[in-house]
Amino acid sequence: MIAYLGQTLVLLALLSAAAGSVLAFTAGVRHSEDALRWTRRLVYAFAALMIGANLLMEFALLTHDFSVSYVAQVGSRATPTWVTIVSLWSSLEGSILFWGAVLGLYLAAATWWSRNRHPEVMPWALGTMLACAVFFSFLIAGPANPFHHVANPLADGPGANPLLQNHLLMVIHPPTLYLGYVGMTVPFAFAVAALMGGRLGPDLLKSLRLWLLVPWAFLTMGIVLGGWWAYEVLGWGGYWAWDPVENASLLPWLTATAAVHSILVVERKGLLKGWTVTLVLSTFLLTILGTFMTRSGVFNSVHSFTQSDIGPTFLGFLAFGLIFSVLLLAARMSLLESDGRIEDVKSRETFFLVQNLIFVALTFTVLIGTVFPLIVEAVKGVQISVGEPYFNRMALPLGVALLFVMGVGPALPWGKATKAEALRALVPPAASGLVLALVAFVFGVRSTWLLLTLFAGGYTLQVTIKEMFLPVQRRLASGRGSAGQAFGSLLGAGRRRFGAYVAHLGVVMVFIAIGVSSTQKVTHETTLPEGASTQLGAYTLTYLGSEERVEPHRRATVAKVALSKGGERITVLEPRMNHYFTRREPIGTPAVHTTLLGDVYLSMMSIDDQGRLGLRAFLEPMVVWLWIGTAVIVLGAALAMWPRGSTSRVTARAAAPATTEEAAT
Amino acid sequence: MSTADASLPPISRNTRLFAIGALAVAATAFAVITFGGLGENLVYYWNPTDLKANASKAVGATIRLGGLVAPGTIDFDGTNRLAFSVTDGKEQVLVKATGVPPAMFRENIGVVVEGTMTTEGHFTSSRLMVSHDNEYRVPEDGKPVDTEALFKSVLAAEENQ
Repeated sequence: MIAYLGQTLVLLALLSAAAGSVLAFTAGVRHSEDALRWTRRLVYAFAALMIGANLLMEFALLTHDFSVSYVAQVGSRATPTWVTIVSLWSSLEGSILFWGAVLGLYLAAATWWSRNRHPEVMPWALGTMLACAVFFSFLIAGPANPFHHVANPLADGPGANPLLQNHLLMVIHPPTLYLGYVGMTVPFAFAVAALMGGRLGPDLLKSLRLWLLVPWAFLTMGIVLGGWWAYEVLGWGGYWAWDPVENASLLPWLTATAAVHSILVVERKGLLKGWTVTLVLSTFLLTILGTFMTRSGVFNSVHSFTQSDIGPTFLGFLAFGLIFSVLLLAARMSLLESDGRIEDVKSRETFFLVQNLIFVALTFTVLIGTVFPLIVEAVKGVQISVGEPYFNRMALPLGVALLFVMGVGPALPWGKATKAEALRALVPPAASGLVLALVAFVFGVRSTWLLLTLFAGGYTLQVTIKEMFLPVQRRLASGRGSAGQAFGSLLGAGRRRFGAYVAHLGVVMVFIAIGVSSTQKVTHETTLPEGASTQLGAYTLTYLGSEERVEPHRRATVAKVALSKGGERITVLEPRMNHYFTRREPIGTPAVHTTLLGDVYLSMMSIDDQGRLGLRAFLEPMVVWLWIGTAVIVLGAALAMWPRGSTSRVTARAAAPATTEEAAT
Repeated sequence: MSTADASLPPISRNTRLFAIGALAVAATAFAVITFGGLGENLVYYWNPTDLKANASKAVGATIRLGGLVAPGTIDFDGTNRLAFSVTDGKEQVLVKATGVPPAMFRENIGVVVEGTMTTEGHFTSSRLMVSHDNEYRVPEDGKPVDTEALFKSVLAAEENQ
């Protein structure tokens, strides 16, 4: 019953999207107001139907209706309710269905937001969005249908993949990533609209910027949450392994980050219009490539629990999107003329361009390393992969350069600078860089790359903080308003600028955390009889014994390891091995003791027949700053994109006409 | 805001040459480094037979060696030094690993070890991955191990080890 109802909803969604898409393009050609109005209604209908289908699936999961194929595949009466709810996205068909709902939400929100904006290009934008909606609802209706009717349902199911049940982060990581991936459909549609309309005006640029920033922030969060989940769950003591699927999520992030910055250059100088549009189109195509790599099982990885035969459909869509984008760019890009050009090498726009080129270089590096094994396997039939050293070796210099450019760019003014001005802006921040590198050197750091990272980090930190509070300083110096008002302006008129630098601050934290944690990690593997101790850096680990714990859906072997430093016990850590009743293999869960300076990370390998603990222990310095830094980045992005309220705009204008973004930057 | 091109002074010849030169150098260096880096950092997926066949380039290369743990060859010192042989039914390779063997590690289980061949003739590894699948039992006499399927199975669960 539910199966048929679900299929009906999905088919109606497909119908709405298809009709809407055709109608939108008709409206574009004929300039018909009526058709555009109806297109909007069909977008809302698509969104409502998709959300309805998802709610229906949740209902089927919660009521354990095993006559629905997806429930039969991932459901189990033994799993806790929260696992049942999130198993909507624990497997392929469900995650594509969920994708449909997210797409519906995005399209409806973007349609509503732009209801009174740039009407001349909206038909193209809506038509493109709905064309993507057609593809996904086709996927849900056909190749990845989760609503098959099971004629003779079993009384119980196998339950979701235990790796996914093992941690709460699994509840938020996939939806966040989807909010990033799926959201890139909207800027893609605006970019297509810009090309079709032959114009990237201020209105459309504003829409493009907002709807790029929103999924960008989610993608940033999703990628890092994935790393965090891997760190907390997988037990190998790392957060990033250049796994093809991790790379798949990184690729669109790289191009999107480049685009977020090049949009600023379009806005300020009228340059890089075609380049920006190309980056946005690439971002969307890379999300599709990423989904294909994640979901088709062409790679062996931790994510390949979702192998299926939707690969060809995705590849077809990817090929279509690529050809469409290339043809569109070839035909229309010349219409997006620059309004000027870069006048001086020592200018902010030059370094925006340099930053963009580094991002593109990184994208190519990661893309080549990721797809190269596929090409070799297809051509020569030999199974190989590209090792982590390749990615590290390539990403390291590019990353450090990026960190440095993040300081150099904002230190320079837009347009032109004299040699003296440039030197005045560029030399002082080196002080902070040198101090940071020197402190690390005194504390025994000898890794050249880490010292370079710290220098670049310190340099950028000083520039960032200076630029962040520049408007405040100017206001106070001009004697207008109180200190409170001056700081208040950061969150008022200057919020966008302030948010951008807050995000940069977060990026510096993340870079330093990556640099330190990847070079200063200590690994120790040993076997401990009960009562025995081992040394890990300054810490002493004592194995106190183990115990069995039985939970409704699993049995766990828990080792108790006391952590002490200087003879004083800090805590007792409990790395564990979970045995799920529906699966044969045990799944380990590490125990992590987190401090601001570094984590102690314990992973249980085994307990042998004599009761000895096979232990893998890591000292992971500064890892927590990755998560803190990311939170800061997302906060910055939120500040930068939050629509300006009319009140703050009025007061800001009245209070300080000279301290608008224009004057301050 | 800058205005149209016409109102700007012409770009100096030097600036343009400098920009083009810099870009060309950067792009070339990037391509050389990328493809050089690719070639040096490939990871080969071999079974003991492949390893013997490629003996000349095995020393120093990163290899993921797949096969079964040969019965009667496991030698664990009780803390973190482990030696055993990996077999595919035809050839056998001695593996010396550092680290604690995972819970599932035992004779006749499918494993993938990552490491390289030494000049002394054994394989050295610091990363041991165990197959979680039932399918990879000892093959009947004379039948080779399906290492391709083994790689797929082991690597799917790799990060869990």
